[in-house]
Amino acid sequence: MTKQQANWSPYDNSGGSCVAIAGADYCVIAADTRMSTGYNILTREYSKICKLADKCVMASSGFQADVKALQKQLAARHLIYQHQHNKQMSCPAMAQLLSNTLYYKRFFPYYSFNVLGGLDNEGKGCVFTYDAVGSYEKVGYSSQGSGSTLITPFLDNQLKSPSPLLLPAQDAVTPLGEAEAIDLIKTVFASASERDIYTGDKIEIVVVNADGIRREYMELRKD
Amino acid sequence: MNFMASKQPENSLLGPEADSQRTLYPYVTGTSVVALKYKDGILMAADMGGSYGSTLRYKSVERMKPIGKHSLLGASGEISDFQEILRYLDELILYDNMWDDGNSLGPKEVHNYLTRVMYNRRNKFNPLWNSLVLGGVKNGQKYLGTVSMIGVNFEDNHVATGFGNHLARPILRQEWHENLSYEDGVRLLEKCMRVLLYRDRSAINKLQIAKITEEGMTISQPYSLKTYWEFSAFANPAQGAVGTW
Repeated sequence: MTKQQANWSPYDNSGGSCVAIAGADYCVIAADTRMSTGYNILTREYSKICKLADKCVMASSGFQADVKALQKQLAARHLIYQHQHNKQMSCPAMAQLLSNTLYYKRFFPYYSFNVLGGLDNEGKGCVFTYDAVGSYEKVGYSSQGSGSTLITPFLDNQLKSPSPLLLPAQDAVTPLGEAEAIDLIKTVFASASERDIYTGDKIEIVVVNADGIRREYMELRKD
Repeated sequence: MNFMASKQPENSLLGPEADSQRTLYPYVTGTSVVALKYKDGILMAADMGGSYGSTLRYKSVERMKPIGKHSLLGASGEISDFQEILRYLDELILYDNMWDDGNSLGPKEVHNYLTRVMYNRRNKFNPLWNSLVLGGVKNGQKYLGTVSMIGVNFEDNHVATGFGNHLARPILRQEWHENLSYEDGVRLLEKCMRVLLYRDRSAINKLQIAKITEEGMTISQPYSLKTYWEFSAFANPAQGAVGTW
């Protein structure tokens, strides 16, 4: 009698896409609000974006239960940091914490694909992009999730990112203005919704700049 | 070379012997739960069947229970795991009451607790095989959320588990609106339950509808829905497909 195998999986893909673009003095982070399972839509109004610190916002897609647990972990660690250092964590600091937190579960990973966006200590926009086990790098823009294969090539084309192999290293932060970047985000999501079944319903756009954090929404296709 | 062989504590889930203790599949199951927000609170419906595979073993299972003063929990999936969850919640509510400070856990808090419990069990590869619906009203705020056996959770204006997701949610998406009256809410739920009765093999025609408002929770006596089997398609199912059975 062979040993019984489990017929359930601890993972599920809740779908959705995330994008972040860094500018000279702003950072825009966006994600759709659809949560799915298989071919079903569970809800059309679920936020994938989490404010981790004053100038640091994370968008995550993947397995929603893991994303939630990860967000809670980071929020708790940030609170401790604030108690110990009497200040908010900077975006690069949170970036490292997120990487370490993900790698901590290297052998039973958080199925969470993250983009972290915000302002660094000089007020300049920064975006960090991750895989599920914590490998990360600072980039000028990034997209993760089910629509990333559709979105990334378009961003590459529009934002003309310099090669990461160039020496001296060239900054990938876009010269685009805030309004133009937001417009680009709306365009990429509208396009991704056409072909990716998991992306749609609504986009939540969060803008981080010197004035603080503001949120806007745009409707997407519901099909 | 034999170092001191490390001994597992009695209740550990590590090692090959422990595999037999982990949930592999459910035995006695309940089918869909459907719930929606209406003007005064939450309405929730579930039938009273407990299936043992394809056998309809139990026909009076109450799959919706009040939790504390402000919440209502409905469950589908393994009935024994639901009973275990009720025991956990009993303890939670007891300790909350023992503070005797006039404050009580609301539906949001209970939902959060359940999410953590379900996720934790999933992490240990020993899930509680349920899909839970948690609804309630506290301080005028209506709340309706759901958690799955692997910890996926969200809140919405209407939720359903299992087959309800396929058959009831589309109806709710079409016909639900803000500030439904009690009668309209019940009518809408009954419409969903009727579709489930026709099309879900594990559904039975004996259901309860529970209502929770600021004033409290009431659960109806079990009753059955009127069904109509004289649709011509039902009368002669093979008409459009000669040779089918």
